[in-house]
Amino acid sequence: MAIESNGKKTEFSVMIPDVKFTKLFINGNFVDSVSGKTFETIDPRTGDPIARIAEGDTEDVDLAVKAAREAFDNGPWPRLPGQGRRRLMMKLADLIEQNVEEIAALEALEAGKLYSLLKNMDIPAAAETLRYYAGAADKIHGETLKMSRDLQGYTLCEPIGVVGVIIPWNYPCNLMFIKFAPALAAGCTVVVKPSEETSLSALFCAHLVKEAGFPDGVFNVVPGYGHTAGAAISSHMDIDKVTFTGSTKVGRLVMVAAAKSNLKPVSLELGGKNPLIVCDDADVETAATIVLLGSLWNKGELCVSSSRILIQEGIYEELSKKLVEKAQKWVVGDPFDPRTQQGPQVNQVQFDKILSYIELGKAEGATLLTGGKRCSERGFYIEPTIFTDVQDHMRIAKEEIFGPVISLMKFKTIEEAIKRANATTYGLAAGILTKDLNIANTVSRSIRAGSIWINCYAVFDRDCPYGGYKMSGFGRDLGMKALDQYLQVKAVVTPLYNSPWL
Amino acid sequence: MAAYERQRILLRFADLVEKHNDELAALETWDNGKPYEQAVNVEVPMFARLMRYYAGWADKIHGMTIPADGPFHVQTLHEPIGVCGQIIPWNFPLLMYAWKVGPALACGNTVVIKTAEQTPLSALYVTRLLHEAGLPPGALNVISGFGPTAGAALCRHMDVDKLAFTGSTETGKLILELSAKSNLKPVTLELGGKSPFIVCEDADIDSAVEMAHFALFFNQGQCCCAGSRTYVHEKVYDEFVEKAKARALKRSVGDPFKQGIEQGPQVDSEQFQKILRYIRSGVDSGATLETGGDQFGEKGYYIKPTVFSNVQDDMLIAQDEIFGPVQSILKYKTLDEVIKRANKSAYGLAAGIFTHNLDTANTLMRALRVGTVWINSFDTFDAAIPFGGYKQSGQGREKGEYSLKNYLQVKAVVTPVKNPAWL
Repeated sequence: MAIESNGKKTEFSVMIPDVKFTKLFINGNFVDSVSGKTFETIDPRTGDPIARIAEGDTEDVDLAVKAAREAFDNGPWPRLPGQGRRRLMMKLADLIEQNVEEIAALEALEAGKLYSLLKNMDIPAAAETLRYYAGAADKIHGETLKMSRDLQGYTLCEPIGVVGVIIPWNYPCNLMFIKFAPALAAGCTVVVKPSEETSLSALFCAHLVKEAGFPDGVFNVVPGYGHTAGAAISSHMDIDKVTFTGSTKVGRLVMVAAAKSNLKPVSLELGGKNPLIVCDDADVETAATIVLLGSLWNKGELCVSSSRILIQEGIYEELSKKLVEKAQKWVVGDPFDPRTQQGPQVNQVQFDKILSYIELGKAEGATLLTGGKRCSERGFYIEPTIFTDVQDHMRIAKEEIFGPVISLMKFKTIEEAIKRANATTYGLAAGILTKDLNIANTVSRSIRAGSIWINCYAVFDRDCPYGGYKMSGFGRDLGMKALDQYLQVKAVVTPLYNSPWL
Repeated sequence: MAAYERQRILLRFADLVEKHNDELAALETWDNGKPYEQAVNVEVPMFARLMRYYAGWADKIHGMTIPADGPFHVQTLHEPIGVCGQIIPWNFPLLMYAWKVGPALACGNTVVIKTAEQTPLSALYVTRLLHEAGLPPGALNVISGFGPTAGAALCRHMDVDKLAFTGSTETGKLILELSAKSNLKPVTLELGGKSPFIVCEDADIDSAVEMAHFALFFNQGQCCCAGSRTYVHEKVYDEFVEKAKARALKRSVGDPFKQGIEQGPQVDSEQFQKILRYIRSGVDSGATLETGGDQFGEKGYYIKPTVFSNVQDDMLIAQDEIFGPVQSILKYKTLDEVIKRANKSAYGLAAGIFTHNLDTANTLMRALRVGTVWINSFDTFDAAIPFGGYKQSGQGREKGEYSLKNYLQVKAVVTPVKNPAWL
């Protein structure tokens, strides 16, 4: 399992970059926070500090919003034709690709994410997302309308204005790009608050934004804490829209603050307790791989992670055995080591929380098949953990753990699986593994969740909208639909005289 | 390959075109005769712009999921239509290539394109760049040849899935016929026009004269959408004609490679002779020749910028597409009258309206049976704006999201759903 506990210490080259950008990025410049305060960011491999970062608070958010407001109201950005915005966004995408190693290393360092995956998949995907929306900038259409009287009517889709973007620490760069790319394409300006756990990659990207030649104030980054900088954004009277990805608990606070301040529209991507339904006609080997990846991907720090595995009784025993086998071979170790499949959890708080859920699971009566402990003396490494005989009423079956903990649950019929899959306040994603066309079609329509994966899991695509039902949030990211979040629809009406048609 | 890959190829292609901007422009001017400044500053950059526009569509081509009346899961797949035959004219060789090849490739099709025999060179050059950008062999094939041979062969071909043509209405009819007689391949046509340019009584005369002049004389008058019937309200008619004549006299004609030249030669001898014949017919039918009227200089196919006034609707020069630097000015009294007269044409490609009045603009824009209405502007050809004709000016639209329709087939896929939770 863990590299260290396999008893082999091997050499691998760790490219730890110099941390170059630690200040707030406001109006095209890196500046200290108004208060002068800084905060520490930690390396989860060891618990040691990496760097100190300028800590933004209400006054800093104010400055950023002022800059973004000026850039929107009077600056060139929204006045550029779509192809003008496209050009700069494409330039930024090129710069991201040119600097992929440094960005990947910063993120691996702060978040404990796998370096090779970041370098080969995640960061390139961020650049590709940027290109997707760059190509959409000149394709934002309103409509001319079928009015029922002598009227000319049409809609204009206008940029909504200054957008606040609050992102979490599990996919720092990707989530930032997913949000600001459509906002910029639409002609908006943004103020980003990255998670206090993972500010470095956002600040490095700010540097690239400047290098790409974006006008000042279009893109601003204010690192800081949720209850200070984040809250300042949610309750700001001059921010036109806020988009948040994070926990359901904090999502609620964002929405309340938005309502209490200026009623800014809000979109929320929150937590999930996502069911993965495995029917007994599924191939066990393939199913085991999909289940494992769905549950352990990114050390379980994935809002769509398959945290409830509903397995049909016909293959329950066989699949459980296979899963334990694979989990025990799963390599936990330093995220810079190319052999590692699972790095450390992001910080002490998450680490403690996951371990306490594991204890809870045992206490509630679930059977621990494998794992359940920390992997090493230092750092926040946890063994891939599998519980069986998990019952729907248990807290480990209801609450989001956000760690490498797999809960196996048995079902008899598809109807039962659907009911149990839907019996949650969440509704982010779900998976179904089956060869049967009818089951696939029925289940995909019956589960109340924003993404349904059939015979695959956690597959994301730039063109495919993503988001939640119920308390997993509302609004969609990715795809052309995401643009709607950053646009206002204006109807324009004029009377007509003697029109030959209506 | 994934749509994203197609996008990257088209984007790299646009970058390469920019790198070779000047060479391409020179080639275009040499083959076609258009002023070099126009090619190098406007048309070749526009080509790159169009490619980038279409590249951006490649990964966003959507079908729909559709509500049925019963328990069915219904989706439409928008699939590439297949092998696209494309036949382009000589008046904007590179841009016409972009309007056709761009959407066809972005949608995942393969192409066989026949260029005009008058202007085969720039297409060959850019096609090589497209392959340098990574286009797989066979995806785009360029045939230099003549209409009755190569062009007709494409139209007749049983294994070409789609035909797109830009050219004369006369040839367009042949294309449609051949396509019908062979394998019923769907056809889009961008044909001729005799587009009205309407100057209202509240127009600012100087701007109107300049815009009307540009609308007709641009590209040596060789534009399918040239504003070739200039309708001027009687209140401002005399002043307009005076100024239009003066502007035409100022138009600089000469070697297109020289700086500051506004008008180069017509593309070939056939066009040259045809235009001179129309000028003679204008004179013969009683229109007033204000200026110009014959060849410019001794050599080549240069024609003096020509202005006719007192043109009547029934004159040949007011009905036929001349495709040369011959402006025809007609007088009108009322809006209703000019609408009727403007619409009384077999063509319906474009129209220009010159007025400040909101209601006049709204009325005219709805009443004119044409594919593009330019208000206080002309020849604005941004990549996202669809372009095409009503009536005998053609069928289908190019550019913009509309162009994708031409290169996709729609397949409906229907599966029953058991126990649907909703319908």
